[in-house]
Amino acid sequence: MTMALAIIRRRARRWALNGAAAVALGYILMPLIFVIWLAFFRQEIPSFPPEGYSLKWFAAILDQRKFVDGFRNSIQVGVLATLIGLALGVPAALCLSRFQFKLRTPLANLLLMPLIVPGVVLGTAMYVFHVELEIGLDMDVLGTFYALVAGHIVIVIPWVVRLVTASLAGVDRATEEAAQNLGANPWVTFWRITLPTIRPGIVAGALFGFVTSFGNLEMSLFLVGPGRTTLPIVILQYLEWKIDPTIAAVSVVQILLIGISMLITDRYVKLARVV
Amino acid sequence: MAQLDLNSLSKRYGDFYAARDVSLQVADGEFLVLLGPSGCGKTTTLRMVAGFIEPTAGQVRLGGNDVTFLPPWKRNAGMVFQSYALFPHLTVAQNVAFGLEMRKLLRIEIDRRVEEALALVRLSGFGARLPRQLSGGQQQRVALARALAIRPDVLLLDEPLSNLDAKLRQEVRVEIRELQRQLGLTAVMVTHDQEEALTMADRLVVMNEGSVRQVGTQRDLYERPADRFVAGFVGRSTFLDGTVEAPGRFRSDGGLALTCTGGQPGRAALALRPERVEIGLVKSAGLDNSLPGTVEFVSYLGALIDIHVRLSPNDRLVVQVANRDGGFTPEVGQSVHVGWSASAGLVFNE
Ligand SMILES: Nc1ncnc2c1ncn2[C@@H]1O[C@H](COP(=O)(O)OP(=O)(O)OP(=O)(O)O)[C@@H](O)[C@H]1O
Ligand SMILES: [Mg+2]
Repeated sequence: MTMALAIIRRRARRWALNGAAAVALGYILMPLIFVIWLAFFRQEIPSFPPEGYSLKWFAAILDQRKFVDGFRNSIQVGVLATLIGLALGVPAALCLSRFQFKLRTPLANLLLMPLIVPGVVLGTAMYVFHVELEIGLDMDVLGTFYALVAGHIVIVIPWVVRLVTASLAGVDRATEEAAQNLGANPWVTFWRITLPTIRPGIVAGALFGFVTSFGNLEMSLFLVGPGRTTLPIVILQYLEWKIDPTIAAVSVVQILLIGISMLITDRYVKLARVV
Repeated sequence: MAQLDLNSLSKRYGDFYAARDVSLQVADGEFLVLLGPSGCGKTTTLRMVAGFIEPTAGQVRLGGNDVTFLPPWKRNAGMVFQSYALFPHLTVAQNVAFGLEMRKLLRIEIDRRVEEALALVRLSGFGARLPRQLSGGQQQRVALARALAIRPDVLLLDEPLSNLDAKLRQEVRVEIRELQRQLGLTAVMVTHDQEEALTMADRLVVMNEGSVRQVGTQRDLYERPADRFVAGFVGRSTFLDGTVEAPGRFRSDGGLALTCTGGQPGRAALALRPERVEIGLVKSAGLDNSLPGTVEFVSYLGALIDIHVRLSPNDRLVVQVANRDGGFTPEVGQSVHVGWSASAGLVFNE
């Protein structure tokens, strides 16, 4: 009797848990589903129920140069910022987790800060900095491609540092000692033992860094120059005077891109293990 | 293989000595075991030999060369780590090949020596597996094969068996020892397990609080412990505290007058091995010491029985007897006589 009761209680608990998870997941997915649905509506004014379905809005993206350019810009900025972010973030994570020095904790917090500081604040700060730099150096800084990339590096680094630090914590220091004991100098030890072990963290850090850069709107608003806007800004500007399913179609392409890169990454490193 | 010499090796952290003035000679082909309680500096000493810790003072000589300040990767010392430290992303064969690749050997030579090393530890055919696909005992053998493959001048083992279950530990002990003999390896092993140390070593080093207390064979340590610490740490001893009044005369704090050998007049402890003390219901003639007492506690160990006997309000003795058919079976509260010859007791002056 009590046993039956226990089983019922356990089942009830599992149902409650699954139910809560389903609600949360639905809440997260709902906007995505609507956006994807909307992208295939035939009529121009988004209203329910749809009058019919069509792919013409996807074709419409290609007709508008600013979307194509924005897309290209976003990818260029994202890739470059991610690469430089890796080159800076991986050594930073190594130093932070391997050496004890006085400013270790403040430095670690500083590097993670851009995750917490609102994008608008970050953008303003960057803007002011660039203005000062422009005056100081007497050359174009503000609105250049490199200034934009520099800004994006700042928001890529926290992801790299965070995920690489996490995977460094999982490296057994004894394996590094074993390598040295077998004749590997520190440099070889790093390349042959440490790096392969933290590779999942690096890949995941790069992926999340890229996605963050690719989707960044607030900070970029302050940094882009004329003719060099990124995709999120193009979308915002388009929305200011027109709402039609083109935007939804653009979003679908964006979602696809990110989704595919996640799937590809997941083939090499199980994302569930690092995040 | 080569001879290993440590000359007055010390490691200080602040004003704390993790190892102090450690001098040891390990002969070519000898199996030396460092034994001591936790925190006595065994690992520190071993890691100074491997090159992971730079000594504050002293010298490490390997095969006659001074290697004190050589980095680990320039010493030819093979180490087996307590956690095995296998490279998780490399297969068993790649793990074993690592040290050979560092030595820039030809691929065919590497493959041959990997095969050979795996065969030595009876893991032929496991080369393609990843470490996580092996049992703990197999991982331990891979770690051993990896260290052996480089043909080290000295093999260093830091508690290599502590992660194995009791039964496996017994087997691996014998295996390691046989391999070491067969290959003529110079080896230094660290352990805090007395039984392990006694069964494996050619010679033992007993350490305490960073210093070497005694170096010797099993028999040396057991029969002639250098000090009270060794007498208590290797094998078992009960200590009666008291004073040596004159050579051969010991008076315990509880007032017992005992006959002993050796010792300088002054405060001292008399150490007695539980199995060297005789016990019976009547006073036994012919023993230098024979005293009445009361059984206070009995612990039944199967083959052996431990009997704690109260001799005086201040003196208690442990006596160990074999659990033989028709042998002495004491009961708590029983009056008994214990006795031992003067030479069975060891006197340690304070
Ligand atoms: N980096 C360090 N800084 C300060 N003290 C240290 C350091 N490393 C070790 N010690 C101290 O040195 C002493 C010896 O340590 P060691 O690791 O050699 O002990 P051990 O004999 O191997 O003990 P165990 O059997 O527990 O492994 C310990 O008291 C330890 O606390
Ligand atoms: Mg230790």
